[in-house]
Amino acid sequence: MQVELQQIHKRFGKNHALKGVDLKVEAGTIHGLVGENGAGKSTLMKILTGYLSRTQGRILLDGREMAEADPATAAKSGIGMLYQEPQDFPPLTVLENFMVGRDAEPDSDRDRQRQRLNDLAGGLHFQLDPALKLEKLTVGERQQLELLRLLGRGVQVLILDEPTTGISDRQKERLFGALHQIRDQGRTILLVSHKLEDVVALCDRVTVLRHGMVTGEAQAPFQVPRLLEMMFDKPPETDTRSEAAARGEPLLSFDQVSADGERTGLSECNLTIHRREVVGLAGLSGSGQGLFLRLAAALDKPARGKIRTLGNDLGNMGHREFRQAGGCFLPADRLEEGLIPGFTVQDHFALAHNCGMATAKVLAAEAISQFRIRGHPHTTAESLSGGNQQRLLLSLMPPDASLALLENPTRGLDMESARLVWEHLRRQFASRGAIVFSSAELDEILNIADRVLVFFDGRIVRDLPIGELDYQDVAAAMTGK
Amino acid sequence: MNELPLTALLASVLATAAPLIIATLGETITEKAGVINLSLDGSLLLSAMIAFMVGFETGSFTLGFAAGAVTGAAIALLVGFFGIYLGQLQVAVGFALTLMCKDLAYFLGNPYSRLQGPQLISWKIPGLSEIPFFGPILFQQPLPVYMGLLLIPAVWWYFYRTSRGLELRAVGENPEACYTRGIDPRRKQILYIVIGGALVGLAGAAFSLGIKPGWGRPQGIEGLGWIALAIVIFGGWHPIRVALGAFLFAFLQVMGIVLQGIWTGIPAQVFQMAPFPLMILALVLINLLQYKGVQRWLEDKPGLALLVDKLRGAPPRALGKTFHPD
Amino acid sequence: MNREFPMGRLGRHLTDTFLILIIVTVFTSLLLLLVGASPTEAFTHLISGSFGSWSKVARVLNVWVPLTLCSVGLVYAFRSGLWNIGVEGQMVLGAIGSAGVLRMGVESGHPLLLLSLALLAGALLGAAWALFAGWLKIRGGVHEIFAGLGLNFVAIGLVLWLIFGPWKRPGIASMSGTEPFPRDLWFPTLEGWRVSPFALALVILLILATAWILNRSRFGLNLKAVGHNPRAVVLFGLSSQRYMLIAILISGALAGLAGGLQVSGVYHRLIPAISSGYGYLGLLVVMLAGFRLAPIPFIALFFAALNVGSIQLPMMMQLDSSLSGVIQGACVLSALLVFGFRHLRRRGAAD
Repeated sequence: MQVELQQIHKRFGKNHALKGVDLKVEAGTIHGLVGENGAGKSTLMKILTGYLSRTQGRILLDGREMAEADPATAAKSGIGMLYQEPQDFPPLTVLENFMVGRDAEPDSDRDRQRQRLNDLAGGLHFQLDPALKLEKLTVGERQQLELLRLLGRGVQVLILDEPTTGISDRQKERLFGALHQIRDQGRTILLVSHKLEDVVALCDRVTVLRHGMVTGEAQAPFQVPRLLEMMFDKPPETDTRSEAAARGEPLLSFDQVSADGERTGLSECNLTIHRREVVGLAGLSGSGQGLFLRLAAALDKPARGKIRTLGNDLGNMGHREFRQAGGCFLPADRLEEGLIPGFTVQDHFALAHNCGMATAKVLAAEAISQFRIRGHPHTTAESLSGGNQQRLLLSLMPPDASLALLENPTRGLDMESARLVWEHLRRQFASRGAIVFSSAELDEILNIADRVLVFFDGRIVRDLPIGELDYQDVAAAMTGK
Repeated sequence: MNELPLTALLASVLATAAPLIIATLGETITEKAGVINLSLDGSLLLSAMIAFMVGFETGSFTLGFAAGAVTGAAIALLVGFFGIYLGQLQVAVGFALTLMCKDLAYFLGNPYSRLQGPQLISWKIPGLSEIPFFGPILFQQPLPVYMGLLLIPAVWWYFYRTSRGLELRAVGENPEACYTRGIDPRRKQILYIVIGGALVGLAGAAFSLGIKPGWGRPQGIEGLGWIALAIVIFGGWHPIRVALGAFLFAFLQVMGIVLQGIWTGIPAQVFQMAPFPLMILALVLINLLQYKGVQRWLEDKPGLALLVDKLRGAPPRALGKTFHPD
Repeated sequence: MNREFPMGRLGRHLTDTFLILIIVTVFTSLLLLLVGASPTEAFTHLISGSFGSWSKVARVLNVWVPLTLCSVGLVYAFRSGLWNIGVEGQMVLGAIGSAGVLRMGVESGHPLLLLSLALLAGALLGAAWALFAGWLKIRGGVHEIFAGLGLNFVAIGLVLWLIFGPWKRPGIASMSGTEPFPRDLWFPTLEGWRVSPFALALVILLILATAWILNRSRFGLNLKAVGHNPRAVVLFGLSSQRYMLIAILISGALAGLAGGLQVSGVYHRLIPAISSGYGYLGLLVVMLAGFRLAPIPFIALFFAALNVGSIQLPMMMQLDSSLSGVIQGACVLSALLVFGFRHLRRRGAAD
């Protein structure tokens, strides 16, 4: 089936996530959709499956327009999606998971359904025990099951959203084999990924998205540097770094640390970060850098290995002790984890500085002018815009911290604000302590950090001082090349 | 104890358990679909009152039971509508309704207090009731007892052997995933809270028209709704274990009456509260089993691990939550 | 929001109150017509039965005292995000504690000291009972609704056991409760007052203190933060569990105090129905108040008036006095309805 998306727009409130995307996918091909986090790939695909409504635009299937649909009707037209977050039921059995759904005629005959499942699995060389509870399966096996289910429903257009995250190499091989087989049956496959490795191995054609717009298309065989250029903004020429100061004593060290969490976990991480270092964590989201920061901040516990922060063994420490020792952590989820909805700017200051309301009001007013927060001391956190929430979060950091762990510190800020924030952060922390930050923008890391760690699949695959770094190499390492 | 024949004792356990089984299975259906109907205590009472009133006025058991079921369903519909469509806390709505329905029952039922109304008599199943020992226990009971007993396998069958039942459980686990698979989770949840509520209503009718006949303030079933809610948790949201929980409670209650004859100084209410500390203890134990240390300890004890696995009834993961499509 | 309501939040609350009252009046009138009673007559009786004379007002205030104490306590628990449905049992335990102390000291000869000790014991026992529920929630993983509820029933069992067992009246134990305490162990009041002005003053003082604690103190701010976002407070160096425990503890202490006052100031003995359901009713008060403190004294007064006013309905109109409970429940449901429609409109506007 041929799929054509025309001028798709999507707005979430004020956020214009998709700005007129055109995409044409031919029947019997594997089409890749690549781009950075937040480029709009998943949103676009969720619109195709009817999970999200579209603000504007047309969808054509074999040239016939498909009306606004919910997932049920999209499924009846032959569209099925393997979501990034598994949409299944862990406490139910494999067979039951296979059976749930109205996107085909329900058939409650278990023997018949088990036979169908076994046949489908055999055809793609998957091995799944229908009687097992789904929660006992690995992510890869759950994905195989979902794939079989979709095929069993007779999908003609199969969408896969980041299917290779969190699965083993063997499972990946199986998956790719299966996808080639499915393509050769004449079905259409759309592969959403930020891993170029996968895209290069699988796709016949690729569309690149950036900031909600199509920035290019390419045909196999692909030239990776060309794709990277379309995915990321050009590497900047200017360097705002001042002369790097001499390293001080160790502030944070990881010794053979492994942990579960995010999707990939973190495996065997070894490194030491010293006073006066600014370390950037590069990697596509969910590659382990978030978990790394949470472990360092004593918000998560490692499964194995030893972490020392600010001279203390983190073994029995909680985040409270981490803070008292002079650490601070800035989370990526602003309203989920960082700020308190319903609280005003000045409430936040009272909370953070353990002071009275009058003092808090003064502090809030100072921060508002220093960080250019658009709001008043009595504005509530949730009514600030995303960028201003970020500024508030930054302004709440204890000024005397000696280890600052920052998750996406300039998310949602424009270039100029980001520059001001970094000036402030460097002045505040870099002279006395260390900054460790992650960012979804590779440019930012290359611009700001003195040392870069590249995360891929829960491992640190590069650890280099900025001077020895090559933009192409980092971008490639991030995508597993 | 010795004066009371064992058959009579067991028969009365069965009779006491029956309406409770109907109510707890109703709530099990509701919660399995991911909604909490906390109004049970009030629902039971109001539907008991309405059923008695209708039965008294019309002389018809059928109409009485139907009225009870409709009452329970209507209250449940309110919980569902407020909780699922109006975005209010299901627990808050349920709690307010519990108190209100209880008072509404006393208010509307005032004229019917202490009246001699219709009362279901035991229904002897020809032939079977003649079996020695089992006959009088199982086959000489009022209609609700048979209803309750038949409902247990029926609900189990529906949950675990039909595709609708599979959808019901799926909605309670992950409404969002259901939506992506073409099932409207909100419609399902409304449907099952109403069905569950209707069963609670039937249970109320079973009390006032049979097991605890008549109406008054107090009626005598106050507090049972809360016990029913606790039994659902105790039973791990599994229909057969929930029913066993209801039997256990009925047994405790009957034993309370028996023991009262022995320890005359202690009022019946003291015995009636026994299930509550037991319930709390059971819940603590269930939670304890989920600790990693306990799990590790169990790893090399397969027999025990299997038992624990059977005992550990996890709540539906989306209990109390609902999913709003874009 | 403020554009629709020129007077801001106050305007919105007034609009809501007005809407709720209309819905409730219509609903109650229809209900009364259904049972063949005259709505006007019933409403008249409700009003004259509660505010018709000084003695009636005093009776209303006697209900207002424990109801307000329970409700104010509940605000603490709700602030931290907990449903302390166990107030009912905490009030009962408070009553037991106070009665226990008063029984011990009947012969002591220091009535005032003993009374203070009795109220303290009430508050402590209520707090302990609440702490148990909170502990079951945090360490035992038992949802606080079921922990609280279970403990309510246990508390009632305990009271009955005491009344019929160790504390039974000389002669025959009965549902009428324990032996009354001597007069000098009654909670002090003034000559001619049917409600103790000291109790009223105590409640008002506690409301003011709560207002300060919740809205002006660091503790109140932290507590609110825990209730709004327990994940984020960790990053501010606060332990959400500790604040939850403290909140439920205060909640239990106030409920226990209410129980103590019922024993020492109203019934002068321990009776089986010592809590009169004020704990549960308190939950309704707080829900109707939108979980805020300011409206609570007024709503509690309204609910207390309904409770007292409805007492004469059986005599005057052959109606059951539970009409008050129906009206109270209807108030909360219509409030949820009004809040719910506002929620729908907000969702609609956001899309």
